[in-house]
Parts: sequence; C-alpha cells; structure tokens
Amino acid sequence: MLDKPEIAADARPWRDPEAKPFVKIRDVTKKFGDVAAVNNVSLDIFKGELFCLLGGSGSGKSTLLRMLAGFEDLTAGTIEIDGQNMANVPPYQRPVNMMFQSYALFPHMTVWNNIAYGLKRDHLSKPDIDARVAELLHLVKLEGYEQRKPNQLSGGQRQRVALARSLAKRPKLLLLDEPLGALDKKLREETQYELVKIQETTGVTFIVVTHDQEEAMSLSTRIGVMNQGEIAMIGEPQDIYEFPNSRFVAGFIGSVNMFEGVVTEDEDDHIRIRSAEAGCDVYVSHGVDCAPDQILWWAIRPEKITLTREKPEAEFPDANITHGMVEDVVYLGDMSVFQVVLESGKRLRVTKANSLRGDPEAISWDEEVWASWSGAAGSVLTS
Amino acid sequence: MGELERRRGFGADVVTAELATAGLPRPVWRPWGFLRERLTMMGIGGRWAVILPPLLWLLIFFLIPLIVVIKIAFSESVVGQPPYMPLLTISPEGDVQMTLHLSNFIFLTQDHLYLDAYLSSLKIAAISTILALLVGYPMAYFIARSGDRARNILLMLVILPFWSSFLLRVYAWIGFLKNNGVIDNTLEALGVQHLIDALNAALAPLGWAIPPLPWAMLYTDFGVYIGIVYTYLPFMILPLYTNLVKLDGALLEASADLGAKPFRTFLSVTLPLSMPGVIAGSMLVFIPAIGEYVIPQLLGGPSTLMIGRVLWDEFFTNRDWPTASAVAIAMLVVVVVPLMILQRAQNAVVER
Repeated sequence: MLDKPEIAADARPWRDPEAKPFVKIRDVTKKFGDVAAVNNVSLDIFKGELFCLLGGSGSGKSTLLRMLAGFEDLTAGTIEIDGQNMANVPPYQRPVNMMFQSYALFPHMTVWNNIAYGLKRDHLSKPDIDARVAELLHLVKLEGYEQRKPNQLSGGQRQRVALARSLAKRPKLLLLDEPLGALDKKLREETQYELVKIQETTGVTFIVVTHDQEEAMSLSTRIGVMNQGEIAMIGEPQDIYEFPNSRFVAGFIGSVNMFEGVVTEDEDDHIRIRSAEAGCDVYVSHGVDCAPDQILWWAIRPEKITLTREKPEAEFPDANITHGMVEDVVYLGDMSVFQVVLESGKRLRVTKANSLRGDPEAISWDEEVWASWSGAAGSVLTS
Repeated sequence: MGELERRRGFGADVVTAELATAGLPRPVWRPWGFLRERLTMMGIGGRWAVILPPLLWLLIFFLIPLIVVIKIAFSESVVGQPPYMPLLTISPEGDVQMTLHLSNFIFLTQDHLYLDAYLSSLKIAAISTILALLVGYPMAYFIARSGDRARNILLMLVILPFWSSFLLRVYAWIGFLKNNGVIDNTLEALGVQHLIDALNAALAPLGWAIPPLPWAMLYTDFGVYIGIVYTYLPFMILPLYTNLVKLDGALLEASADLGAKPFRTFLSVTLPLSMPGVIAGSMLVFIPAIGEYVIPQLLGGPSTLMIGRVLWDEFFTNRDWPTASAVAIAMLVVVVVPLMILQRAQNAVVER
C-alpha cells in the first residue's frame, strides 16, 4: 500500500486504536418480516466527524439512520451514543436530532416557530429562545425570513430552515438524510461547502446518508459504503476511491475498468496477473495476499491510464501495455472520455484532462492506440 | 460508460401512423360528432355542454322550488286548496297587483315558540356536533393510522350502516333506549346498580345523586343526542379520515425528534393540520342536525323543541303553509349564517 500522509492523530481519531468512539453500533440487525434491511452492522463514529453512509437505494443506509434517531426498533444488536445505551430510549429523549430528506417542516408554522419548536419543548425562557433562533437564522443566512411560512420559501431556503431547526437544540449528534437530495446541482455544490463549514463551526458530529458518491467524497471525513444491508467498506474518501476492498466498492464509487485474471507470479515485492481480457500481463509493483493460479480481479480508474499513438517503452517486460482502437470520444470540457476496444473485445474507459486549448494533436476516433499504466495504478481485488 | 451510451443511437425506427390507416373508408355515422355539431349550432360549445346539465338541475330542482317557498311565505293563509292566497292578483280594472304579506315573518318574532325552537335546534346541533367530533376524531385517527388492509375494512364498516334504512336504524335505537330496553337490561345484568348505590353513598355529602336503574333515556334530549351522533358519525369520520390519512408521518417524527412527547405532537402538529377536516366534518353534521325531524320525533320527548318538528306541525297539523314557509326561510337564514362563518374559518385554515 502507498504511504498515506500523516496528519496529527487527534484530527483523525479513527486512526488511534485507543480513541473512544462517540457512536458505537454493534452487530445491529433490522428485519422487516424476513428481509434484513440492515444485517449485522458494526460501526464506530467519533466526535466531530462528518461520516457519510453511502449506498444505493435499499442498501439499508436510511434504516440505520432511523435506528439511530429512534424511529425503528433494533431486531438485534446495540447502539450507544456518548456511552449511553439507546435501547428503549424514545426519539424525544435522545441527544440526537435529524434533518429529514423531505425536510418535514411544519407547514402551519412560520420559520421562527419551526426553529423554536425544539427549544419550546425544552421549556426555555422567551428571551433565550429569541436569542437562539436569531443566532441560528444568522448561521444559515435567513435573517428577515422569520415570519415566512415554509410554502413561501425556495427549496434551498427550506433546506436551511430544516438545518437550523435540527441544530437548534445543540444535539450531540446530527443525522442528515439525503440533506442535499432535493436541491439542483449548482445549489447542491454551494450548500455542500456551507454544510461542512457549519459542521466545523458547531463541532457537532454529523452522520449523513447519501446515494451521491460525489457528495460523500466532498463532504465526509470518512465514508461507510453500504450494500444490501451490510457495510462493504469503511474508510477515508481517498482510501475508498484509490484502495477499494472489493469489486462492489470499486464499481460503486466512480467508474472503473475491471479485468479478471490469474496470478502467474507471486513474489513479496510484486505479482503478475495474466489476463486474457486485458490483452497483456498486469504487473503490480507491490506484494498482494494471494496464491499462484488464484483467479482475482484487477481494477484501474480511467484517469490512471495513458493513451499514446506510439508504443511506449515497457516499464515491465511484456506487461501494463495493451493495444486497441478508439471507438468513441466524448468531450466533456474539462476532460475527454475515450472508449478503447481492446483486441479481446473488452472496452477500456480512459479519461484525459484537456490541458491544452483546442489541442490539434488530440487522439480521435478510429485511431490505433497503446494504453499503458504504472505498476501501482490499479487495485487487486480478491472479492 | 453512461455518457458514451447516451450519446449514441438516435436512430429509433419511426413507423408512420398514416401508412397504417391509409386506404380505409372513413366512418360515415359518428353519433358524438353529430351531437356536437347540433349543440354547436345552438351555440353550446364544449364548456357549456359540461356546465349546462348541473346548472339546469340546480335551477329546476333547487332554485325554482325555493322561489315557490319564498312566494308562499309572503302570501296569506286561507282555508282552501291551495291553502294560501296567490301573490299576484288581477284587479277588476285589469291591473296586476302583488301583495307581500310580511305578517308571517312578524308572527315568528311575536311567538316565543319559534325563537325557542331555533335556539334549541342550534343548541342540540352544536352539542351533537361536538360529541360526534369527540367520538369521530379518535376513530378517524385510528383508521388513518392502520395498515392498508385493515383500513379498507374499517372504512367499509363506517359506511356499512348506510346500506340499511335510516328510519329502521333510528327505530332500532328505541329498543335500546327504552325503559327496560337492551341498555338497561345489560347494565342491570352486569350489576351496575350496586356501583350506582356505592357512588351515591359517596356523592351524598355533595348533594349529588345518580338516578337508579332503569334509566329513562328514550323520549329525552339524551336520546336525541344519541340518535344524531349515531346517524351523522360517518359524515364526521370520512372528511377527518381523508385529512388525517394525508398527514405526513415525517412531521410526526420530526416533532418527536425535537423532543415533543406524543400528546404534545398531537396538539402542536396533528390537530392544527387536521383543522380543515374538523371544520368540514362539523359542517356536515351541524347543518343537517339543525333541521333534523325524524330523530327528535322518534327519540325525543315532548319537551324536545326542534325547528324541524315545528315546521312539520305548521304544515301538516295547522295546514298553515305561509307560516311554515316563513319558518323554513328563517331556518335557511339561520343555517346559512353559521355555514358562512365555518366556510370562512376553513378558508383561513387552508390558506395558512
């Protein structure tokens, strides 16, 4: 594995085996009838984290979030928040607030009353409530909107009211269910950074559920990828993208080229994989826990492949260079996507940043090209 | 690969629809087209063709009868057939004369009976509406919160009484409410008399006493309340149900999440959001209850004063059609005023 940049340990408590988790999810299972929506999930989340639960629809991510909020009972397992077991604690007594996917703003109340709702339940004095609501309206930049009703607000404004309402009681843990799902792309990007900023200024632990991998990558300190009720991988965004632990994770996050192959050389410092699909051997310049003749998969991201018209010098004998024909080019502005048909018939997806303006030398349709990559560019996947 | 595939293949096969129908003979007789042509010739376009039937219906069966009643209300009572004077007369000189007799309306204000009957009707209708709301709201809430299958069965059960005659069902209540009827007998069999005795012993210092069994429930106002609440309960439940079933469960969760206990959630979220249903249901119970005749006649006592009975007596016992019509017109006004107030309240709630 590559060396990861080391940051002060206290900023990344999950790297410290001694650190005490803030949210402790242990062997949690939730069954609806015979179907396990969440299956034996264990997860530690630390104070001040912005943790993303990422998964497709039906992966169990929302169910897990609802169990944290107390809206669903656990079939098995335990959830501890700040050292307190949450079994039999009703939602209205948990130190947790939730921002709902639909925002769930009370339609018959003004913005002010929506935000003050939780504070009134705590029987705060009127001046205290006034001060706190004003503070929150300032935080989400909605001053002057106190007397509006939710149906008089735009989608982005409703989202901010929902955020302010869920932050009002200073929860120890904030659960966000697809917080940006209902916003259009441009607004979503702006709001992402605002959300991170608010998380940093308030210091509240966030758990965000999303199906949008880009959102997860840009928001979170760590991502938990969920698949069919189980956690497929937990890691920092970089780890998830660059070092996926399974074919599912590699395929779910970003796009990937996947080749099936057989191990032909298995040394401590490298392995060699013979892949008929790739049309060449794959030389991996680090050791992998595998056995000779084992069938495994090798995955490489499109941006880690280089396309050239001339055959480049082989870095490794007879490996990591393959030949094909450009079948299609898609120009996306910042980069171009090439689809290359290899001799085996397998299609390879390669992206290239358009660093030159109107490059006349750019590779085009129906050209014969060589695709090459370095020894550490891809991931070896055994499952 | 998404982008790549999206940019390909616009070449979907297009089959021209004209080819399929070309060469077939055109249909000769099109009844709807014929009808439309005729209506258009008479100046009745698509929009009027839709509005006209209900408009005619209301005109013939609602507005004209109402005008007839108003006309009778302003005429004079006579013994004869019909038992009132015509409004328009032609004098011997050939002038057309119209005589409006306000005396019928003045008479309403002079006799206490009518005002008392109006107030009593309003009181009975109002109390019945509140009782129906108290009974109907939990039922509607329960139905709205049950599972899909149970919900349909429960709704069916709410509507089921309409499948038998209204009159029959009110008659059945006589058997329940009468002295030594089903209710009295059941209470007696359960030994409730002992409970009453014990309670009376405890209440004696306060000067209160519960009457001993059998209880007189038939031919009292209590019987009328029972009858009205029983009969009109579905009209309360159904609009409440349609409102409550739309209530977004996420709002209740959000309320709980923000620290509200279930009852607080009900008061702050469920109840205010269900106000349109409460008002609609209350209107559907209150308005027909004011003019109710059958229930006070069958279950009410001699002291149960309701405008419907007064109306009946004027028409059929006294044969005083003009006074009866005046009572009916006055009742219409009495009903329309609270209706407008409720309508306005409902609009205000909906706008919020």
